[in-house]
Amino acid sequence: MQHTIAVLVENEFGVLSRVAGLFSGRGFNIDSLSVAPTNDESISRMTIVTRGDELILEQITKQLNKLIDVIKVIDYADESAIERELALIKVTAEEESRAEVLRVVDIFRAKIIDVTPKSYTIEATGAPAKIDAILELLRPLGLKELVRTGPVAIGRGSKGWKG
Amino acid sequence: MKMNGARILWECLKLEGVDTVFGYPGGTVINLYDELFSFKAIRHILPRHEQAGVHAADGYARATGKVGVAIATSGPGATNTVTGIATAYMDSIPLVVITGQVPTALIGNDAFQEVDIIGITRPCTKHSFLVKDVKELAGIVKRAFYIARSGRPGPVLIDLPKDVQIATTDFKYPDTVDIRGYKPTIEGHPKQVEKAVSLLLGAKRPVIYVGGGVVLGNAAEELTTLARSLGAPVTTTLMGLGSFPENDPQSLGLLGMHGTYYANMAMTNSDLIVAVGARFDDRVTGKIATFAPHAKIIHIDVDPTSIKKNVRVDLPIVGDVKDVLARMIKVVEVHDRVAEFRAGLAPWLEEIAGWKAKHPITYKQGASVIKPQFVIQKLRELSEDDAIISTDVGQHQMWTAQFFQFSRPRTLLSSGGLGTMGYGLPAAMGAQAAFPDRQVIVVCGDGGFQMNMQELATLVQNRLPVKICILNNNFLGMVRQWQELFFDKRYSQTCLELPIDFIRLAEAFGAKGFQASRPDEVEKVIRQGFTTPGPVIMEFKIAREEKVLPMVPAGASLNEMVLNA
Repeated sequence: MQHTIAVLVENEFGVLSRVAGLFSGRGFNIDSLSVAPTNDESISRMTIVTRGDELILEQITKQLNKLIDVIKVIDYADESAIERELALIKVTAEEESRAEVLRVVDIFRAKIIDVTPKSYTIEATGAPAKIDAILELLRPLGLKELVRTGPVAIGRGSKGWKG
Repeated sequence: MKMNGARILWECLKLEGVDTVFGYPGGTVINLYDELFSFKAIRHILPRHEQAGVHAADGYARATGKVGVAIATSGPGATNTVTGIATAYMDSIPLVVITGQVPTALIGNDAFQEVDIIGITRPCTKHSFLVKDVKELAGIVKRAFYIARSGRPGPVLIDLPKDVQIATTDFKYPDTVDIRGYKPTIEGHPKQVEKAVSLLLGAKRPVIYVGGGVVLGNAAEELTTLARSLGAPVTTTLMGLGSFPENDPQSLGLLGMHGTYYANMAMTNSDLIVAVGARFDDRVTGKIATFAPHAKIIHIDVDPTSIKKNVRVDLPIVGDVKDVLARMIKVVEVHDRVAEFRAGLAPWLEEIAGWKAKHPITYKQGASVIKPQFVIQKLRELSEDDAIISTDVGQHQMWTAQFFQFSRPRTLLSSGGLGTMGYGLPAAMGAQAAFPDRQVIVVCGDGGFQMNMQELATLVQNRLPVKICILNNNFLGMVRQWQELFFDKRYSQTCLELPIDFIRLAEAFGAKGFQASRPDEVEKVIRQGFTTPGPVIMEFKIAREEKVLPMVPAGASLNEMVLNA
């Protein structure tokens, strides 16, 4: 089962390797990981997408909490968070496919951010499933390069975690 | 007051109550040592290898309950500490290890004797710090000691670049520590405690399963009180030995791979296990799928990650074991079902007594060849009550665990989790440095002894009268035992072949040595060893192919023990 966890950590060197080392050392999966400082510059926020059964996920959150540099672990159970991901996609766009790429971009409310006679570079945001969907349509048209940030997540509702 | 970083470190150690450190000089700690030259408040012991220095600090910590401190230089000095740090990490031993580092400007340049020791030790330290500014040093030392000793203890590494040792600043040691990401749960939840007691009192076949957490948490007294007020049987892991007196009728001794038949049968047939400061290690559980199939499990541990890591748990209590046990005692004291519970235990205790009578822990001592178990029993008989025993890893370790009958916490120093050969001698050195007047005995094999025998020099030089008992079978005995039982006696690389003259070896270092090769010489040699001043080697030529039994083969269930082979 895929699972999204937010980890608030001390914004110091070496912390990322402690978190990554914990996952690799204990054989836990990382499907994606993104990290950046929060509004409070002394804290960084990681969003980790991982997978495993209930016991493994319990171990993952406990082990993360055990790290001295981890301040808080927020475990987003299904549907409790809004997830968004950014993808930059470079596709072949020549003659007959140029119009089709534009149509797909329009349908997905994506943006063209760079143009050449032979290609478009597209910026797409949305839930990971939406990114998967646009990629599925673009792939047959000639996908030259793809970069995804992995999702970031924030809890639904009015409650916020400071920082 | 303005001081350089080197001096600040020593002042911090002094303020932390450190009286002894184990360290080895080198290029990037030379400034530390220069300050030490005129700093008399701390005793410095110079081992002959950094690994031994860390084991000594570990032995010191296990015997005293205080934080052990070791120092090494950068590069090879630092990498030599890794086995010691990993040993302490696996057994949750509080250490602060200080390594020198190349000057901050050179870090990352592949400088001479540079190594990323923070990176290398990341998976085997509780936490680590690289000090980049002398202004941070005092605060880091304060935090390091706090982290090492609190919650589930463990080793903390401080990497201290040379230029930070030279730089000066105003020294002020912080009074308090506050780490926002680190707040161990100490107090057990009262509701959980009540639920646990009521679950426990509903059991008919309870077992109290005690791990090293009871020793580390200084909770042996509470454990003993609770166990006695309940009358329930108690089994201990290797790390838990000493936290409940083994000569008590309630004691089932050691459980697990080389545990007693009756402890393992009790676990398998139990309807309720109370795990106290134990972590359901594979050497304890055997095959997980068939482990304690009928038992509900109450698990008390200060580390939440230990709970539900290996086995399902019905009732977890996170907290310091001393606190939780004290709370349980209070609830039990006034509980109206205790008398009924105790009375209801009779059939269970009878069943256990039957297992005990059927397969006690035993061996046969003949007239011609020394049995290792006999040596252990004689050591117990002839040693002082508060003697501290350290072991290496292997057969002798298990014989010690089976036959020494520990009755006090912090009297057994043994590498349980990592299983580090070469641990025993330096650990004993650390314990003896902490307790110059107590009897400190190493039990080791001829293999493990050779892994750190250079420390004989340290013992003699520092007048540390450690008594070294070598059970010599000229084999790497435990591996040989596995080869005999599971690999058709193909003794691949387990015969040490070269017979070493341990007596002359002792003499070369300025120590004394005695040897026994017949059973009737055992007692004499032990008496000689104990009465001869200074460090002594007592070598016992033991039955070469004696096995540690009973044994649960790796991957088998606890009740599938090899009893005689």
